[in-house]
Amino acid sequence: MAELKQTPLNAKHREANAKLVDFSGWEMPIHYGSQLEEHHIVRTDAGMFDVSHMLPVDIKGEDARAFLKRLVANNVDKLQHTGKALYTCMLHEGGGVVDDLIIYFMTESWFRLVVNAGCADKDLAWMETQRDKFAPGLEITPRRDLAMIAVQGPKAAERLWQALPGSEELTRPMKPFTAVLVGQMFVARTGYTGEDGFEIMLPAKAAAFFWQALLEAGVKPCGLGARDTLRLEAGMNLYGQDMDETTTPLESGLAWTVDLKSERDFVGKDSLLRLPLSRQLVGLLLLDKGVLRAHQHVHTKEGEGEITSGSFSPTLNASVALARIPVGVELGDEVEVEIRDKRLKARVVKYPFVRNGKALV
Amino acid sequence: MSIPTDLKYTKSHEWARLEADGTVTVGITHHAQDLLGDMVFVENPTVGRKLSQGEECAVVESVKAASDVYAPIAGEVVAVNGDLEASPEGINKDAYGAWMFKLKPDNAGDLNGLLDAAAYQAHVESEAH
Repeated sequence: MAELKQTPLNAKHREANAKLVDFSGWEMPIHYGSQLEEHHIVRTDAGMFDVSHMLPVDIKGEDARAFLKRLVANNVDKLQHTGKALYTCMLHEGGGVVDDLIIYFMTESWFRLVVNAGCADKDLAWMETQRDKFAPGLEITPRRDLAMIAVQGPKAAERLWQALPGSEELTRPMKPFTAVLVGQMFVARTGYTGEDGFEIMLPAKAAAFFWQALLEAGVKPCGLGARDTLRLEAGMNLYGQDMDETTTPLESGLAWTVDLKSERDFVGKDSLLRLPLSRQLVGLLLLDKGVLRAHQHVHTKEGEGEITSGSFSPTLNASVALARIPVGVELGDEVEVEIRDKRLKARVVKYPFVRNGKALV
Repeated sequence: MSIPTDLKYTKSHEWARLEADGTVTVGITHHAQDLLGDMVFVENPTVGRKLSQGEECAVVESVKAASDVYAPIAGEVVAVNGDLEASPEGINKDAYGAWMFKLKPDNAGDLNGLLDAAAYQAHVESEAH
């Protein structure tokens, strides 16, 4: 096996006795002792995640906006104010999802994208191919020189201000899904937990120092395990599980991120308009005892489906899942999930399951 | 954490203890709970079920994953620890106290075929490499 890549915070994780695992070729903390405790800390206080394995990519040049309008499925013209962020999928011609990403609008000639670790290489290759076709002069720069730390939870803001003196004035007025530059730091009010918080990109050299300052401000390190249960409760898709190149955003619960209304043409649009829609992504709440897991079979009155992400939900003290099932099954319907040799009852429910610390189901 | 010397062990990380009344109490080891992480669900066999040695008979699920539990020896299930249904985290807190089920063994002598603490320790170390 190839050697695992390490983030600039690897030594801090070892110092904190993290259990390290292989995540998309990166050696990352899965937890620092208890995944459940880390989950609850983010729901009630503030936790931080090393997400430096994700890749920021700067798109620079005059044609940046026109290029992105062609490249992604969401409407890039929603980005009109400096710092505004947009969640979107990037599709291939067939309508399948190459990756999901966030685009930050900084200036007309500078947009920053953040893409998944496991997709980074293929994303860059894909973007370069598209660039060569549509905007040959554009610069596409992967920013492996940056580290990224997500500080999440109801107390994320106050603890960030404590850790980073002078940041309050710039970051207090920030609305969700916006970013500002604070000195050398790119501070975004975004996250993957369903709580208030920030994702902060900063020079790799400064990462350990800043991590320590956050620790001293009372922010607890949290691993990718808690990150997964938090994002699932928040009803956020995980690339590679809930959608991939074989599924379209429309059958992945992401129709709200696809701009089919404007005249704009984007890669994959024709396919989305042409393909019949037979599957949908729904939330499931397990009514019997057990734990829903990815790849379990789902039996519905309209046919078979499959769980794409499932877990015990620490906030609900119950098991929830995202599942891809036939269209025609509706909210409130009961379905059966095959767990080992049994069929257990689950209800189709709206998701997110949890938002800002509160149960929604 | 040291491995209790009064118990017997399996390579699949169960522990077994012969009680004074002739029954055998079964649980999973501290090492097993450490690998799995926070427990959130335990499914025990039903009382009265007859198990053969090595049979899949229970499931423990952590936040991370589900894991099968195997019968260390053959026997009939005579009791299950109902406390674990409401408090599966008991296994994380005290793996050797939070027993899962009790067997009436077909042959208590089968226990002699299991690992002792030293052999189990060696097995855990060999798996770590």
